[in-house]
Amino acid sequence: MHLTIDDVRHVADLARLHLTDEEVRLYAQQLSAILDYAERLQEVDTSDVPPTPYVLPLQNVMAEDVPQPSLLNEVALANAPDKADGFFRVRAVFEE
Amino acid sequence: MSKALYELTIHEALEGMRRKEFSAVELTRSLLERIEQVEDQVKAYLTVTADLALEQAAAADTRRRAGEEAPLLGIPMGIKDVLCTAGVRTTCGSRILENFIPPYTATAVQRLLDAGMVLLGKTNTDEFAMGSSTENSAYFPTRNPWALDRVPGGSSGGSAAAVAAQEAMAALGTDTGGSVRLPASYCGVVGLKPSYGRVSRYGLVAYGSSLDQIGVLAKDVRDAALVLTVMAGHDPHDSTSMPAPTPDYRAALTGDVRGLRIGLPEEYFIVGVQPEVEAAVRRAIDALVDLGAEVRPVSLPNTDQALPVYYLVATAEASANLARFDGVRYGYSAGADSILENYRLSRGRGFGAEVKRRIMLGTYALSAGYYDAYYLKAQQVRTLIKQDFERAFEQVDVIASPVAPTTAFRLGEKTDDPLAMYLSDVFTITLNLAGMCGVSVPCGFDRQGLPIGLQIMGPHLGEEIVLRVAHAYEQATDWRRRQAPLSIEA
Repeated sequence: MHLTIDDVRHVADLARLHLTDEEVRLYAQQLSAILDYAERLQEVDTSDVPPTPYVLPLQNVMAEDVPQPSLLNEVALANAPDKADGFFRVRAVFEE
Repeated sequence: MSKALYELTIHEALEGMRRKEFSAVELTRSLLERIEQVEDQVKAYLTVTADLALEQAAAADTRRRAGEEAPLLGIPMGIKDVLCTAGVRTTCGSRILENFIPPYTATAVQRLLDAGMVLLGKTNTDEFAMGSSTENSAYFPTRNPWALDRVPGGSSGGSAAAVAAQEAMAALGTDTGGSVRLPASYCGVVGLKPSYGRVSRYGLVAYGSSLDQIGVLAKDVRDAALVLTVMAGHDPHDSTSMPAPTPDYRAALTGDVRGLRIGLPEEYFIVGVQPEVEAAVRRAIDALVDLGAEVRPVSLPNTDQALPVYYLVATAEASANLARFDGVRYGYSAGADSILENYRLSRGRGFGAEVKRRIMLGTYALSAGYYDAYYLKAQQVRTLIKQDFERAFEQVDVIASPVAPTTAFRLGEKTDDPLAMYLSDVFTITLNLAGMCGVSVPCGFDRQGLPIGLQIMGPHLGEEIVLRVAHAYEQATDWRRRQAPLSIEA
């Protein structure tokens, strides 16, 4: 198992992470080492073993459908890097 | 000579305040003075809330004068900086949240505040709780109070060091793969990781959501039991919190372990464990036998697989959880010209090296073509690890082991080798994968004077039994009376 520089750039793109060339090189090497180590999992026979995504017996926990207090608009926006007229402001998502 | 107030346990301090020997304000001043004296050496806190603490202490004194009793009335504590505190900066040890002021308080913290806790400040942590040494904090590393050139363990290293240095009477930490128990072991304090679902995670900034649990760092087992009693229990804001009754965990501390079956897993006594650590843990088990417990060998055969399972599951969950840091709603924003570039730059600059490494690993494990080989496979092996524990707990009441293979390592020793760092967690991550509970209790020192921790593991919702065993052992020994040798600066 070995991660190429291009693999790392592709994953960084999926994760919306800007990486420097130095970081790309370092992560290619370090992630490859970690994935090599993880190869030992392939030796375990897991045929007919169900996955455990979650350890509790709780499923589909529902809340009563009643109004609850929530954050005021200005409180919810208090940490926003950019805001306008009670909204978060971002750059245009679609080209004109 | 009587003890300084900051040296007291929570129970001793509550008794002293009840008898009107001192006030919560005097107690809090003593802790704040202690912080001033030793914090330059230890660096346990990211934020100290001195004015707020004195206000809360005065309010606690007013409540007590009015005849009110609350379980933590006037007790000064530290809170790991991944738990939201309304109006108090919460950084998660990350630059990306350098100026983040939460609009609400985590349920676990709120329950302590309602019970009268005084908030001393927010303790240092590996960035987003990702690490085993607290060196991944974006601000500064915390130092081990027992040897300032050593790490305190992580990720709750600030909380453990604060308790060990007597800069807090107790502190909250979080444990995703050992982040309460490992620093407790390295710093010579008690560290309790409750079962998954025992404590509400509402207001805890999520790392690995199927593994994260809030725990306690304390000076002794009784204090840890008290703090858990206050914060445990169902919370409608966290659908993964168990709707199970919560006992007063102090009632479990009977001191009686006669007839109790302690399992020894051969997979945890292996080559690579520091001989002094193994010897101390075996002596601790002998002491429990002297108290009337029985020892039985047990096998947890998939232990070897736990580390890769953990680092695939936890990082996959982290990659999804940390998607919320996008430079739009809160946190650092790079101010780039397009929204896509702003995501990439804000995250690339805002996150530190280990956080990016884990996001990358998790994203890869979840990506098309690799999901079955890594993420799904890891979840299947997780089932086998959980079944190992379920089978073992049919034969024994608790399982005992070292907390970590070694005592505290030196700052910088493992920062260039992520895999070597991850191996510090090899004996603690299994419990998180199984969702069960455990406690680290001091069981000796190595030749360099560094603390060693004994891990007592129990089944899901088995906090009472692990606390009972840990307490019986603690009371039969004197380790808790030793104090970290910090010099006081004039």
